[in-house]
Amino acid sequence: MSDYIAIKNNETILLKSIPVLNYEDFLLFNTSLLSNEANHCVHYFGYLLTDKLKLICCIANDNENSIMISSSEINLEKNSFPSFAAHHRAFHIFERELHENFGIRYTDHPWLKPVRFAFDRADKNSTISEYPFYQINSEELHEVGVGPIHAGVIEPGHFRFICNGEQILHLEIQLGYQHRGIENLFLKKKKLLQRNILAESIAGDTVAGHTTAFVNLWESLCGYTAADDLQYARMLALELERIAIHTGDLSAICTDIAYQLGSSVFGRLRTPVINFFQVWCGNRMAKGLIRAGNNHFHFSSELADQLRKLFDDFEPDYNEMWNEIKELPSALARLEKTGVITHEQAGSIGTVGMAAKASGIKRDIRASHPHDLYRDLIHQPIMKHHGDVYSRIQIRNEEINQSIDYIREMLKSPPDVNTKRHLMSLPQPDSFSLSLTEGWRGEICHCALTDENGELLLYKIKDPSMHNWLALALAVRNNEISDFPICNKSFDLSYCGHDL
Amino acid sequence: MIGNIKILMHQGKQYIPDVTTAEVPGIFRGRPEISEEPVDSLALADLCPTDAISINPLQIDLGKCVFCGECAFAFPGKIKFTSDYKIATNQRERLIVKEGEQNTIILNPDLVREEIAKYFSGSLKLRQVSAGGDNSCELELNACGNVNFDMGRFGIEFVASPRHADGIVITGPITESMAEPLQICYDAIPHPKIIILAGTDAISGGIFAGSPAINRNFLNNYKIDLYVPGNPIHPLTFINGVLELIRKRKG
Repeated sequence: MSDYIAIKNNETILLKSIPVLNYEDFLLFNTSLLSNEANHCVHYFGYLLTDKLKLICCIANDNENSIMISSSEINLEKNSFPSFAAHHRAFHIFERELHENFGIRYTDHPWLKPVRFAFDRADKNSTISEYPFYQINSEELHEVGVGPIHAGVIEPGHFRFICNGEQILHLEIQLGYQHRGIENLFLKKKKLLQRNILAESIAGDTVAGHTTAFVNLWESLCGYTAADDLQYARMLALELERIAIHTGDLSAICTDIAYQLGSSVFGRLRTPVINFFQVWCGNRMAKGLIRAGNNHFHFSSELADQLRKLFDDFEPDYNEMWNEIKELPSALARLEKTGVITHEQAGSIGTVGMAAKASGIKRDIRASHPHDLYRDLIHQPIMKHHGDVYSRIQIRNEEINQSIDYIREMLKSPPDVNTKRHLMSLPQPDSFSLSLTEGWRGEICHCALTDENGELLLYKIKDPSMHNWLALALAVRNNEISDFPICNKSFDLSYCGHDL
Repeated sequence: MIGNIKILMHQGKQYIPDVTTAEVPGIFRGRPEISEEPVDSLALADLCPTDAISINPLQIDLGKCVFCGECAFAFPGKIKFTSDYKIATNQRERLIVKEGEQNTIILNPDLVREEIAKYFSGSLKLRQVSAGGDNSCELELNACGNVNFDMGRFGIEFVASPRHADGIVITGPITESMAEPLQICYDAIPHPKIIILAGTDAISGGIFAGSPAINRNFLNNYKIDLYVPGNPIHPLTFINGVLELIRKRKG
């Protein structure tokens, strides 16, 4: 028997077809896979059986478009376990979650820091308000605490800096303030529409990303094939969302370097893009647009004309502003060589998406595990190699242009009105399914398990921020604390996507 | 420098001249209208993902509605979402739209405290607290201050410190972990102060209502000065709601 079962993105398999290994083999198999840079862990989670904890690990191979699924069953009561993270740091976040949720004890995990203080955590005595931050005792150092409520209109999280004068020695980030128990609600809310709306609320800045992952997963579980017009709408929404948020981020970065013109111009350039979502589906964040097995908002040729016109207006203004900022010494002085995360660091902690690509690691689901119409597209991920704030900004700029090119190509052939939608059946029983999507931040992974009646047994969500928050903490080391805002904005990570 | 001036010239006029009469583009789902047409009302109410629709008489609670519009797709003759974005009010009951009603949603002037117009009509500084918000309302609150909506022209601004604020704007269903920070922040704002709930999640918990991870006790202890429905709120809904709240009333 093989150690694993290989599946494709959005493939549903029977739960019992996943090989169950003993823990030592399970550890050895999965950790040794990560010595190859083409492999990375897209999810690793557990759930309780009557007397055991079942662990399922999903390692994606980016060269072969496959995901290797393996499992193990362990007895929590008796033992402590050697950790995956001791072999490869990229597993740290998953094992911290396992420890927090189920109390699993590890012998050699580098730091079992709480993830989000979930309401159903194993140790209820551990609370976010009494969390002991890492400390260094020295008369020369001082601490700076920021949050949970931040200065701007943003989500809550706590940042604790240890500084030597102006220089950051260490940053610890503690999240969990946004925990809404969303994975649990996926099981509690039984209607498909409720789950669809929950998916839209995982991170309201990544509605297209998370909802596409959800509907693709759900349709796979139900054995439903989405018609071309549905796939078209999803890809279009994903690329529009990328353009909108990237442009908004460029505005916010300009705000943080006190460049008022860039802030205003990029800010107002985002407006027509999100307004287009409203024209198309009635909501500026694309809520309501993506539905499992359905779409209420046909993308007509009139809408295609409008969008083409929008880009015709957008591009000259956008390019003019970008060309100005890319040669502005006062801006570049703040952005270049600031907040560096090296290729080695990014790889070791399992960074994904924009942050990985800025450090020379090719992680882009559109190229490696394509779904929907991305299968017909030969996507070349935008790569940068310096890993600094400016690299992450350059990626945004080039991705905006790339997405506009993709959409212009799509607009040449808008889909026909689909009058015959076939009905969706119920999810298959005793199954496992996994869906990967490249949101604007990076790789989104949703996993679902069903029981013998086809009811949801488990729903697991992974936002790219789960991997990338640690990248931010490492990137700010040895930078001036005054550069923290631009470092933070250059990653623009999700709090609620992490806290769930 | 010349480059910057050129760019400035090319932008033209970006601000919305009158935010009280501006029309929203496209098919915005704002205030719904419910016709008298007889339908299977049980099926209609059952459709709603957040139990915002109740029957006898048939009504939609905009404080619970996530504006998904599914009811209007299933019963197009019965329910219609208009593009009327002025749906903020200061009385919870006024968010409930009843069958056959077509009147607009307005504030109840009797519930506006005297000191609000007296102190805040020309200048209102707000502290925003996201307490489980999914970042969509937060993005829209930020958009209120951008060059298009330009809320700053009315003296309404978000500030960094509660000490500088005249009120608090809450987004999100209020998570257990944010309950205490929210209280501390509110206590730090000097009197007189106002509370605004922005978004359906804040008003009722929305799709998160009943989750064991949320704690909404804070809301039991204070009077809410403004409810701004939406998922997320539209900047025009927020700005118009706040302007109505702080404006000087005659007599």
